[in-house]
Amino acid sequence: MTIATQTPQQREEILTIYERSRPGRRAFTPPALDVPDRPIDELIPARLRRAAPPELPEIAEPEIVRHYNGLSKRNFDLDSGFYPLGSCTMKHNPKLHERVAALPGNARLHPFQAPARAQGALELMWNLERALAEVSGLPHVSLQPSAGSHGELAGVLLTRAYHADRGDQRTLVLTPDTAHGTNPATVTMAGYEVVKVGTSPDGGVDLEDLRRKADDRVACLMLTNPNTLGLFDPNIEEIARVTHDAGATLYYDGANLNAVMGISRPGDMGFDIVHFNLHKSFTQPHGGGGPGAGPIAVSDRIEPYLMVPRITCAEGAGGGPPRFDLEDDRPKSIGRLRGFQGNYGVFVRSYAYICSLGAAGLREASEIAVLNANYLLALLRRPEIAPYLPLAYGERCMHEFVLSGAPMKRDLGIRTTDLAKRLLDFGYHPPTVYFPLLVEEALLVEPTETETRETLEEFAEAIGAILCEAAEDPAIAQNAPYSTPVRRLDEAAAARTPVVRQPRPT
Amino acid sequence: MSRYTSLTDDDLREMLAVIGASSIDELFDAIPAALRLGRPLDLPEGLSEQEVFAHLSAMAARNVSAEDEITFLGAGMYDHYVPALIDSILSRSEFLTPYTPYQPEISQGGLQVMFEYQTAISELTGLPVSNASLYEGPSAVGAAAYLAKLANGRRDVVVSRGVHPHSRATLATLAPGYGQSVVETPLTDGATDLAALEAAIGPDTTAVIVQQPNFLGAIEDLEPVVAAAKAVGALVVCSCDPLPLALLKTPGELGVDVAVGEGQSLGNRLDYGGPSFGFFAASQEHIRRMPGRIAGETRDVDGRRGFVLTLQTREQHIRREKATSNICTAQVLNALAGVIYLSWLGKRGAVELAELMARRADYARRALGAVPGVRALHEQPIAREFALALDASVEAVVERCAAEGVNAGYPLGREYPEYADGLLVAITEQRSRADIDRLADALGRAVAAESRTGSLAGSRA
Repeated sequence: MTIATQTPQQREEILTIYERSRPGRRAFTPPALDVPDRPIDELIPARLRRAAPPELPEIAEPEIVRHYNGLSKRNFDLDSGFYPLGSCTMKHNPKLHERVAALPGNARLHPFQAPARAQGALELMWNLERALAEVSGLPHVSLQPSAGSHGELAGVLLTRAYHADRGDQRTLVLTPDTAHGTNPATVTMAGYEVVKVGTSPDGGVDLEDLRRKADDRVACLMLTNPNTLGLFDPNIEEIARVTHDAGATLYYDGANLNAVMGISRPGDMGFDIVHFNLHKSFTQPHGGGGPGAGPIAVSDRIEPYLMVPRITCAEGAGGGPPRFDLEDDRPKSIGRLRGFQGNYGVFVRSYAYICSLGAAGLREASEIAVLNANYLLALLRRPEIAPYLPLAYGERCMHEFVLSGAPMKRDLGIRTTDLAKRLLDFGYHPPTVYFPLLVEEALLVEPTETETRETLEEFAEAIGAILCEAAEDPAIAQNAPYSTPVRRLDEAAAARTPVVRQPRPT
Repeated sequence: MSRYTSLTDDDLREMLAVIGASSIDELFDAIPAALRLGRPLDLPEGLSEQEVFAHLSAMAARNVSAEDEITFLGAGMYDHYVPALIDSILSRSEFLTPYTPYQPEISQGGLQVMFEYQTAISELTGLPVSNASLYEGPSAVGAAAYLAKLANGRRDVVVSRGVHPHSRATLATLAPGYGQSVVETPLTDGATDLAALEAAIGPDTTAVIVQQPNFLGAIEDLEPVVAAAKAVGALVVCSCDPLPLALLKTPGELGVDVAVGEGQSLGNRLDYGGPSFGFFAASQEHIRRMPGRIAGETRDVDGRRGFVLTLQTREQHIRREKATSNICTAQVLNALAGVIYLSWLGKRGAVELAELMARRADYARRALGAVPGVRALHEQPIAREFALALDASVEAVVERCAAEGVNAGYPLGREYPEYADGLLVAITEQRSRADIDRLADALGRAVAAESRTGSLAGSRA
């Protein structure tokens, strides 16, 4: 006897919300009209109006809820399983944070509310700025940028303003070949030309190459430390010296800050500008691709150019509480990078995180992040795994590490992407794949501090099992996954003939 | 050990043994001694969950939110009702806690949401291609200027002063990096001055940027603007308010190349200015110049329908310095709120809401314009927001109204010296006729008390 089953996730064809629409259904009831019912023609002339209403769905609340709940079940998420996506710091998102962000005093606060009536929000932002200044070792902070790449853009534009103010025309920005793609993309958008700096055999910046290229045309060196190979560059002081001797600024991509909070500070390493990814180091639900926030911290010499508005704090009159304000009048400022004060809801969550952990907790988070990464790395250096997936550089790592799948591809016939797809069947989100670019068949693994030892062990077991299985039959991984809502998708066809919206009803 | 980590003493000992290290400190050996902080961070000690909640609640209570006063404040972000189903769906961890859908097989929910969102934005704007979100409105305007650079490489961005001041400020920040200059053109009678615009554009104009409705709330007649821009071969970028778009001639119908805008009013909270999302839609010819993520439909190896991130060769992680944008993390969760909201409104509801706001705004402009010392700053058609001119110090009037629990709106003089007496008033569906009448009363008293000319002195002591 066969038992037929069909869960919504197993249905052949998923429907879009538009395909669930039926004329006449509705979810929204408008409030009663309590003003004169003037014909719209009298209010907005017909020549200014659209010919037909937008084809939005017609659907009642229960079906909207089922539709989106159904879609949610076709996602893997951090609250459901291990998500060692390198360079993304997928640490636990405390539930408290959603509650405090939703408090009406935060959620319904208008960004143009007079500062005198937004003192709590401004104090929170001030406190967060002070905390980030302390963690980075750089005294001045702007919370404004909305993501890491936005912070990078701020940093390079600040560099531009700094040099321009000194009458110094520079045209180049150096980035290591291990850099995140956002770095070179940012450089172009800020009007500079990218020059790549090589990586030495030990995984750090190639100092000789840097010395050759750091001349008076160079505006800035953008660096991640620990870098995207998961290695702290031990030559960072010399790198800073070479960069500063050339008259350039040193920019810190904070994507990997989770390795060093409370342990080592970019400001003390010689960096002039740092961006933080609040959605990484300071835990923010990643939302399927945002929101995040990318505050920056800068040294004294960069401070005059920071974005406006700045938050100011003045002592209260007569021993009263301090007064916080927003200040726009900064003649040398580069201006604004976005509307209003930034992603305040993100600030609330990260501030709550810092309050929860405190000084010792932040340091401990980094320590355990590094411990967990090294433990997982050690587990993956077992003889049944390591020959196929060797560590690309070095012996140990910081908070993440890069394996090369090149021997696996050669000896077992499965690529890094096959391993990643097979991991889906084991219930894991795979690590970052094919990044950094200089490692063949790269696998960038970042477990974070919020994972248990058991989770790391189970993950290592899964990797071992997949390699073992591939030795028997590589086709299993090559054709994976099998258990997911859909299997491998034809991305080439999607790019060749892009279908990027629901076709209009005919 | 913090409550978000699980490491026990036994774990630590055994894990170090497997690693072959004697201490955690040893794992940080690569960091030169001189670069070790060597002291605790100068931050307060950690707190229990309930203490953190109490601390943040006390701070939030010091803010005067839209819960605490009757607010007519808009100027780019609006106090719309956010339906409960949005909170419910957004709190699902499957939407809240994953990252960018790099593994499409386990991210079909998020990818399909992007596809549905892109469809909704395409419907609102009348343009065929939408991305999956940018940070927010003003930076989306900046992104449009970059698309213009990629499209025609000309020098001047000509922008109407009807465009949000923060959008214009953002453009001014970004333009030097793009190799562009920003040229602003004035308003007349509350709308873009066509003659001045025509005089400002020419063969060096890369794009003309306007806003619909503009910052003063006026619905612009964009046909001649588009014609003028096209005549010199410039792109037209329109920053749009998405809710009135249910009624207004679409950017697509007008021949606009790029429509961008602030998405907050689509189911997102005020959140003191963010996170919200920016939308970005364009005509087909610009699809490979678009910034940000784009989801596309495809099939899997078994022929099942599925969705992927597509046209990724535009993006920074592939294209690096030749990318069409540096954006990586955007505002996908906020865009999800946007598409749920638009589905909740639905085809008829979107029109009904826009009509309700237009009628209430019309009523409000008449009622407030009848207050002594108050007149409409312009008589252009309006959709939700409008500008008044006061015969009194606007800042002082706003302060007086605030003391009565009414937030009267946005003093235009902060950004527009030419409208020093201007007050911008927003009427969402949350402001009833009774609220509007209460504003009229409060405004009447405040303007009388603060009157500059003395012609209203009758009501003063």
